[in-house]
Amino acid sequence: MPRVLMKGNEAFGEGAIRAGCRYFFGYPITPQSELPHYLARRLPEVGGVYLQAESEVAAINMVYGAAAAGARVMTSSSSPGISLMQEGISYLAGAELPCVIVNVMRGGPGLGNIAPAQSDYFQAVKGGGHGDYRLLCLAPSSVQEILDLMGLAFDLADKYRNPVMVLGDGILGQMMEPVELPPYSGELKLPPKPWATTGTAGRGTRNIINSLYIEPEELEEVNLRLKAKYRRMEEEEKRWETYLLEEAELVLVAFGTMARVARAAVERLREEGIAAGLIRPITLYPFPDAPFHAAFSRARAFLVVEMNLGQMVEDVRLAVEGRCPVHFYGRTGGVVPTVAEVVSFAKEVWHKS
Amino acid sequence: MRVLFERTRGLTSKPFHYCPGCTHGIIHRLVAEVLVELDVLEKTVGVCPVGCAVFAYDYFNCDMIEAAHGRAPAVATGVKRVLPDRVVFTYQGDGDLAAIGTAEIVHAAARGEKITTIFVNNAIYGMTGGQMAPTTLLGQKTTTTPFGRRAEEAGYPLRVAEMLATIEGAAYVARVAVNSPKNVIQAKRVIRRAFEVQLAGLGFSLVEVLSTCPTNWGMSPPEALRWLEEKMIPVYPLGEFKVPRKEEKHA
Ligand SMILES: Cc1ncc(C[n+]2csc(CCOP(=O)(O)OP(=O)(O)O)c2C)c(N)n1
Ligand code: SF4
Repeated sequence: MPRVLMKGNEAFGEGAIRAGCRYFFGYPITPQSELPHYLARRLPEVGGVYLQAESEVAAINMVYGAAAAGARVMTSSSSPGISLMQEGISYLAGAELPCVIVNVMRGGPGLGNIAPAQSDYFQAVKGGGHGDYRLLCLAPSSVQEILDLMGLAFDLADKYRNPVMVLGDGILGQMMEPVELPPYSGELKLPPKPWATTGTAGRGTRNIINSLYIEPEELEEVNLRLKAKYRRMEEEEKRWETYLLEEAELVLVAFGTMARVARAAVERLREEGIAAGLIRPITLYPFPDAPFHAAFSRARAFLVVEMNLGQMVEDVRLAVEGRCPVHFYGRTGGVVPTVAEVVSFAKEVWHKS
Repeated sequence: MRVLFERTRGLTSKPFHYCPGCTHGIIHRLVAEVLVELDVLEKTVGVCPVGCAVFAYDYFNCDMIEAAHGRAPAVATGVKRVLPDRVVFTYQGDGDLAAIGTAEIVHAAARGEKITTIFVNNAIYGMTGGQMAPTTLLGQKTTTTPFGRRAEEAGYPLRVAEMLATIEGAAYVARVAVNSPKNVIQAKRVIRRAFEVQLAGLGFSLVEVLSTCPTNWGMSPPEALRWLEEKMIPVYPLGEFKVPRKEEKHA
């Protein structure tokens, strides 16, 4: 298999193309702009369409139209842009339209800065738009994993007829790593979408894409059906990776770029004789609780490290069910915690536990 | 027996929910008849607005998508880019298109997006209870301009057709009214032309239709038709503001 050097932002694009995505609608924002740059060049080569919208609001609604027409379609943005897309994301979830949204997070709130952050965790996994809905949310931590997860993201979107968010950050988007490209035949057999609005010709019946249900009981029924779908995701789609978790008495928890820092910290702690291990959630929704349950028998403390002021730590506390102390260490504003910082905080926690 | 008039198969059999005397229904019928006469109903995808026509997907007998408030042109763009050989139209009110969705319509026109927009201008927000629209006339009383719209606070009526006609990518822009049989017949001719422009791949087309809202104007249906004639048309003159270049040469 060919090995090439690739930037994270480009990997999002190449992964999408290899997954059969042929339509991209977006609006420029740092630190994800190499992704639209890449697709503007690559999509026409494979017979696809790249279109720069007038705003993120328009971009996500173009995604809505393309998804309704049955296409594999994606958009990408960074934090402030994702905020603008939330209206459309709620409508996509309500109308049960599959698509992939990449968020290469930067510092916030407000205009914040263009440095890497993980402070849109709440927005990504707890909603963001209005209504009772969920997004499947994947968090790669290497350029290779970006490539691999983009294919999965499109498959999950189609499987559940739901938008999927792939959550990266400025470091992941900008870093270059050697990767193996996933196999690509050029022509993919994608699942049929008999519900798509493509014109009634050859079908007879009308297809309607909608999220409006005026009768409360009717909307409640829709929401309950959606809830059953989210339950199914929770049963079937939890993904995670562990590192030295067996025998771990101090369990670090981190996702995305921060998991790389945490992994290095675990190695350092082991060298110093502390039995540390790592849980890295790959799906942030549904949040993987199984590895936490597996760690209970030995763990004396959990330490969540994030590039924010403590967002995923809430999900970890839920997964730990009060059986073990859960500590938190994070930097915000685009400051990336160093391995040394994490190790020193971990030792403090360890000596107290 | 000869059938002189029947319901077009461009519409479903579902009865309209519009208020008595509201001309949304006439505009629906004109669009539906045109789609049938052009023989494109089976390859048409319509995009509905948020506003009184929010349920238009129940009425047009073709594939339909419900869009967020003002975003129909962006949704239609997504559909048309995926399915360039289909006929794609949006149906939008003046709150939908000229307020919250101004950016989307301007840029769909600027891109020369090969879609057709039916723009229903009734000078008010109907669905939400008669608030001021960008198209509300100076002096017109609405629930949010109880003393009449004053330019000092609320600005001036927006002439959408004239504005969009200045945009290069707009191939066909016209304004019609549905207040009299003569104007209805003319409106249908113009709507047909707008769809023909799309079918010919010439670019973006828009028909602004002056429409009534007897309920929120606080008038009887006949009074509303008279008000449209006497008050609206002088501010919003009827006519074709932009026609495809080729046609200009013939004229
Ligand atoms: C984002 C958003 N803002 C506001 C509304 C509320 N709303 C529904 S219809 C409407 C006005 C529609 O007026 P218009 O487009 O003129 O259509 P009409 O009802 O007059 O036919 C508004 C403000 C909404 N549904 N969504
Ligand atoms: S409120 Fe006005 S625009 Fe809406 S249906 Fe009634 S008359 Fe028509």
